[in-house]
Amino acid sequence: MSKIGVFVCHCGENISATVDCAKVAETASKYDGVAFSVDYKYMCSDPGQSLIKSAIAEKGLTGVVVAACSPRMHEPTFRKACAEAGLNPYMCEMANLREHCSWVHEKGEATTEKATDLVRILVEKVKYNQSLNEIRVPVTKTALVIGGGIAGIQASLDIANTGHKVILIEKDPSIGGHMSQLSETFPTLDCSQCILTPRMVEVAQHPNITLYTYAELESLEGFIGNFKAKIRRKSKSLDEKLCTGCGLCTTKCPTKKIPSEFNEGLGNRPAIYVPFPQAVPNKPVIDRIHCTYYTKGKCRICEKVCPTQAIRFDQEDQIVEVEVGALVIATGFNIKQTDFFPEYGYGKYPDVITGLQFERLASASGPTLGEIRRPSDGKIPEKIVFLACAGSRDPAKGIPYCSKICCMYIAKHAMLYQHKVHSGKSYVFYMDIRAGGKMYEEFVRRAIEDDGVNYIRGRVSKIYEKNGKLIVNGADTLLGAMPIEIEADMVVLATAGIANDGAEELAQKLHISYDPYRFFAEAHPKLKPVETNTAGIFLAGACQAPRDIPESVSMASGAAVKVACLFSQDELTREPIIAVVNRQAPPAYSSCVGCFLCVSACPYQAIEKEEIRNRNGELIKSIAKVNPGLCQGCGTCVAFCRTKSIDIQGYTHEQMYTEVLALLNEY
Amino acid sequence: MTLGFYPGCSLKGSSREYAESVLAVAKAFDVEIEEITDWNCCGATAAHNLNKELSLALPARILSLAEKQGLKEIVVPCAACYSRLTVTKHELSKDPLLKATVIEANGLDYSGSVSILNIIQMLDKYITPNLGGRVVKPFDHKVACYYGCLLVRPHEILKFDREEDPQSMDILMLKTGATPIDWAYKTECCGAGLSVSRTSSVGRLSGKIIEDAKDRGAEAVIVACPMCHSNLDMRRDAINTFLGEKVDIPVLYITQALGLALGIDRKKLGLQRHFVKVTV
Ligand SMILES: Cc1cc2nc3c(=O)[nH]c(=O)nc-3n(C[C@H](O)[C@H](O)[C@H](O)COP(=O)(O)OP(=O)(O)OC[C@H]3O[C@@H](n4cnc5c(N)ncnc54)[C@H](O)[C@@H]3O)c2cc1C
Ligand code: SF4
Repeated sequence: MSKIGVFVCHCGENISATVDCAKVAETASKYDGVAFSVDYKYMCSDPGQSLIKSAIAEKGLTGVVVAACSPRMHEPTFRKACAEAGLNPYMCEMANLREHCSWVHEKGEATTEKATDLVRILVEKVKYNQSLNEIRVPVTKTALVIGGGIAGIQASLDIANTGHKVILIEKDPSIGGHMSQLSETFPTLDCSQCILTPRMVEVAQHPNITLYTYAELESLEGFIGNFKAKIRRKSKSLDEKLCTGCGLCTTKCPTKKIPSEFNEGLGNRPAIYVPFPQAVPNKPVIDRIHCTYYTKGKCRICEKVCPTQAIRFDQEDQIVEVEVGALVIATGFNIKQTDFFPEYGYGKYPDVITGLQFERLASASGPTLGEIRRPSDGKIPEKIVFLACAGSRDPAKGIPYCSKICCMYIAKHAMLYQHKVHSGKSYVFYMDIRAGGKMYEEFVRRAIEDDGVNYIRGRVSKIYEKNGKLIVNGADTLLGAMPIEIEADMVVLATAGIANDGAEELAQKLHISYDPYRFFAEAHPKLKPVETNTAGIFLAGACQAPRDIPESVSMASGAAVKVACLFSQDELTREPIIAVVNRQAPPAYSSCVGCFLCVSACPYQAIEKEEIRNRNGELIKSIAKVNPGLCQGCGTCVAFCRTKSIDIQGYTHEQMYTEVLALLNEY
Repeated sequence: MTLGFYPGCSLKGSSREYAESVLAVAKAFDVEIEEITDWNCCGATAAHNLNKELSLALPARILSLAEKQGLKEIVVPCAACYSRLTVTKHELSKDPLLKATVIEANGLDYSGSVSILNIIQMLDKYITPNLGGRVVKPFDHKVACYYGCLLVRPHEILKFDREEDPQSMDILMLKTGATPIDWAYKTECCGAGLSVSRTSSVGRLSGKIIEDAKDRGAEAVIVACPMCHSNLDMRRDAINTFLGEKVDIPVLYITQALGLALGIDRKKLGLQRHFVKVTV
């Protein structure tokens, strides 16, 4: 005979404001098999948990139903409390009276009745619960970091410095990400390359880090502690061991007019190229889309000039399989291009540029060697206009969020411009100045007060070209929306920061979720900012939302600590919520008839064939068997099984039917 | 199929030549056109500034009459009327309560079944596909296609062309042999109803439009809205005062320009009715 305890929580007022908790507890006390029933203000508090523990001890409870919030919130809390009182934790169930009832209904009798029903079905279910034990799995102590921007670099170094192995993959020919493109960085104006390059080199030389550039994730299988990843190393058409990085090939390549990605299209690069002088690794790749040999079948000049015969035209992509225990995703972000803005000319004016293009113009390694010259004719602009919130904070453009970094980099840009062009005039159109951060507001004030940048609060409705000038039509909302027209030589749009192309596909490969803007979703916006909903996969940097460098680095170190915590254990425990094929006494052995439909249905390849043999070793029957290490408890096989021979532990057919019958008041 | 025709007030008065040219072009291609009987004013700017229900009931009455007359599709050459009728159809389709109120006020059935074409859509549907070989006098001029405010806005409702840099008139004019110019004032406001109350404002706003067209070498401005036309044409004195020079670039309705290319008689297109002499 079951002895079940029911514990109804008020959740402060979250539940009790609409549900009559005392009545729910009282009704439950009358159910068959309920030995104890009580309501309490905060079940999750220490006294609340003690209430459960002492009831288990005193009444000898065989099952517990906690009627409170979502099991996602507190199931572990209550199961632990039960375990401490000597009850198998899987004999504890939660009825969700908060998310499923009090929060979504008005106060009233019907609401209390629904709460009662929710308790009822779990009381009946728990009667069929069985003691279960956690599954132990080993941990592979190697991390896979995807994306070699500053976030991926920092995460890799931190993990590697705890003594664990790291595999870092970067899709481009060099690591560095967007930070390598920046000229100077706010709020200190130190040179981006100068602070970044040492870390890039450290990554390349670290004994614990394996770096694969020009590589992408092909597929991922497995689960926390035990992932199997396939990495596609795209062919660089190069034998990296032979290449000395002399660069001769890049100077001799005849296909020179390819817009340089690194310079945001403001300069050109050859078909065999190193993206920038400080690249890591400093060895070229051949861009097969543009290379004359691959497109027209003739050329191979690089091969002829290479002093070490390192060019390999017939090299193929290589798939590398690795086993890792955790992943850090640090694939960063992108920005909208100027062609996203019809009101600013659909990208047809060469002197309307993006913030990243301005970074390249201001950078000593850029196409103008750091002189601010406009793309159309190379003249130094005498008047320059910066537009904040280009696309951001604009629901009509589908980007209602604030891109966060642009207010700061615009102040930086205007400052750099004033430092370089003393006679120049600069204007910033802004909505609000968002400069929250250490030394950030001071930085913006410096731009306004010391460097004389004209800040105008208002939006720009239109930009058009006339007589070689860009006419910028805006309004000054601090002067009663006074129309303003500026004849500018160059305009910089602080275009919205957005998720990468292909972010969804990557998220799907990783089985992690993403938000409506395709940024990867953290597990909890406040308390789990670097975790994803998939155990063992962590986030760092701007792939989660637009972030500046200090934030990206902090996140990366946070994610690295999470990985290190995981790797500090030799074994992990997993919930025993997995599928099992039933076993019966001979001669049936199991109701499984060995059709093995489930084998093809299982997305995790967790089902094997088991042969049952008699003493003489003769085969009696083949039945399905679930490998508990691989099973994820998704239940697909249960739905496929024609003879209902498979059950998910803790969610058996019997338990489900019981719940339904309880709901229909069949008891 | 017969195409319904809602002229609206302007096309019966100050912009009679717009109506004349629409009908002349339609006739040249045997498009059967039937005016909506007993139509009323769409409410223009006044109604929707005063009373929402009234501003919807007036256009709804027109659509009800069209339904009653068995019309499936109507052309509304005036950009402002087109905007009001389309907005009404949209508002009533998403608010059954409002629809019921309006039906009761009008005492006429309304199902929302009539599709509404602006002049460009009408030409693209019935005229340009059959244009081949019919352009006898190519309109060989540099033209500034001026869309104004209402032909493309509000974009969420009209879903016509690109709101910031529309192209449909330019594409159409290309087919008449014209060379549309790239210019900056395609969708700037001409001053609209201030024509009467503050003519000097119209002089300034329309002046900038004419100035940009002139600076970029346009020989004619092409419009699809009676209000725009009257401001750019009839208010040319105010414009010239603002500009401090005499600019005599003519302003043509798109149907007039098309009509000329088709070789239709200038009088039938009403070209003599303009204030700025049509020299092209
Ligand atoms: C114009 C501009 C100016 C800025 N100025 C400053 C400043 O002054 N100070 C400051 O603090 N911040 C600044 N920032 C912000 C700064 O660029 C970001 O904070 C930083 O780049 C974020 O780093 P990240 O590593 O998260 O992403 P990223 O820099 O975007 O790096 C991501 C990396 O992952 C790689 N990757 C992407 N997808 C994949 C994939 N599927 N597989 C493998 N690799 C992949 C990319 O190639 C890239 O190398 C600026 C940003 C902009 C746009
Ligand atoms: S950071 Fe500033 S410029 Fe960028 S979206 Fe936010 S408010 Fe606009």
